[in-house]
Amino acid sequence: MTILVIAEHDNASLKGATLNTVMAATQCGGDVHVLVAGHNAGAAAAAAAQVAGVAKVLHADAAHLADGLAENVAAQVLAIAASYSHILFPSTASGKNVAPRVAAKLDVAQISDITKVVSADTFERPIYAGNAVATVQSADAVKVITVRTTGFDAAGQGGAAAVETVAAVAAHGKASFVGREVTKSDRPELTAAKIIVSGGRALGSSEKFNEVLTPLADKLGAALGASRAAVDAGYAPNDWQVGQTGKIVAPSLYVACGISGAIQHLAGMKDSKVIVAINKDPEAPIFSVADYGLEADLFTAVPELISQL
Amino acid sequence: MKVLVAVKRVVDYNVKVRVKSDGTGVDIANVKMSMNPFDEIAVEEAVRLKEKGAVTEVIAVSCGVTQCQETLRTAMAIGADRAILVETDAELQPLAVAKLLKALVDKEQPGLVVLGKQAIDDDCNQTGQMLAALADLPQATFASKVEIVDGGATVTREVDGGLETLKLSLPAVVTTDLRLNEPRYVTLPNIMKAKKKPLEVIKPADLGVDVAPRIKTLKVSEPPKRGAGVKVADVAALVSKLKNEAKVI
Repeated sequence: MTILVIAEHDNASLKGATLNTVMAATQCGGDVHVLVAGHNAGAAAAAAAQVAGVAKVLHADAAHLADGLAENVAAQVLAIAASYSHILFPSTASGKNVAPRVAAKLDVAQISDITKVVSADTFERPIYAGNAVATVQSADAVKVITVRTTGFDAAGQGGAAAVETVAAVAAHGKASFVGREVTKSDRPELTAAKIIVSGGRALGSSEKFNEVLTPLADKLGAALGASRAAVDAGYAPNDWQVGQTGKIVAPSLYVACGISGAIQHLAGMKDSKVIVAINKDPEAPIFSVADYGLEADLFTAVPELISQL
Repeated sequence: MKVLVAVKRVVDYNVKVRVKSDGTGVDIANVKMSMNPFDEIAVEEAVRLKEKGAVTEVIAVSCGVTQCQETLRTAMAIGADRAILVETDAELQPLAVAKLLKALVDKEQPGLVVLGKQAIDDDCNQTGQMLAALADLPQATFASKVEIVDGGATVTREVDGGLETLKLSLPAVVTTDLRLNEPRYVTLPNIMKAKKKPLEVIKPADLGVDVAPRIKTLKVSEPPKRGAGVKVADVAALVSKLKNEAKVI
């Protein structure tokens, strides 16, 4: 039994989500190989070779693999899929984009967003916005899986895998990459942050959002997150959204400021170790999941909190 | 150009579902059902493309039980021209739905297929990508902007670090993200008109598709409960709890 992990990378370095996926792969039992498909991604392949538990790194290099287009990456995975029992992707925007394409071409059902490996063919995954956990069993010959990164620890360093070059497939040709608009941020990445400070509609404006929450995040060395209401109102960029349809996070401390706690938001953060809620509505559902709730106006409580830290 | 839009009937997003005590699933008897929110966005986008003149006909498709007809009527009230229900009582998983849609794509030859990015019940996020793979079409998932220009589609996608833009040749598959548009409210006159629009009912067997589920659900359980929290009186108490009790800062 050999397991293939599809690395997420930016051609220069490996993304953290890959490490959690390798950990899930080692729990399936068997040799773990990592595919790094990209362009001039030698550094990412070298980084993958040093991850503990990785037996071999396969490196495919071609210009059309540079931007991770689903059509091309899926074809690259399919070209080597025959020798694997499991194909694992991190459950990130990029993994979710490619994995079902691979599964459909192999005519197997895909299992999304697993949070636990029960055995080599049985997995746990949340459904209904995390309000239920399903234990599912796949009878397919190849298991194509996306891994919820917050469900698994990151694999450590200390591996010494060989890097093997594999032939790149031809480009699909029906889709092309035009451009990318990356949100600039020197904060920790939301999904990997140890502490997250998150704001909701109660902040009132994008200026207030920055003015009130940024100093707190700075003080704590935290990433900034937001509820859907705050994102839709334009207070924060889309990729800060925490929830069922945004990012799923599980930091050690999650500070929810002015967030009511709708089902869809809770789905994205209720596995956090410690949840703090600051809200002036005593009936807000967020208080039902918060370890520490402070019933107060966030515009006075947050500055006070900053001064006492 | 025709657009095919896939819609799913799901438990309403405001309902907090309960796990059945025997662990066989969640209790959806007598629960309010609605169109999956992402699919509403998909229908809205298709109708807007038609209103802009880029599209001539919008066909809504749903797969599932007889009651999915209500979901299709809603799609037609938003502005879809006609609907197709692939009727079956069987449990449908994304691969089966993708195969049914692939058969319909072969039959109807749409220039664009629009789906929601995920259904809020199974949270799979697979069907659009699977359909694109089976029909060998290019895909743009998690779309926040769609433009039809020069016989192609330019789509802006929401990705982890921000946004990215792709150009696809048509036909293509697009899945919608939340911020693509704000679906319109259906008005009573449009609901009445939707009742007169054609709704074709077919069976999976008519399309030659085997819909047997591949993944077996062994059990469904409640997620682990969080221990009851405490309310603190003021900021000083909060800081002291975080430092001394939780030890997270």
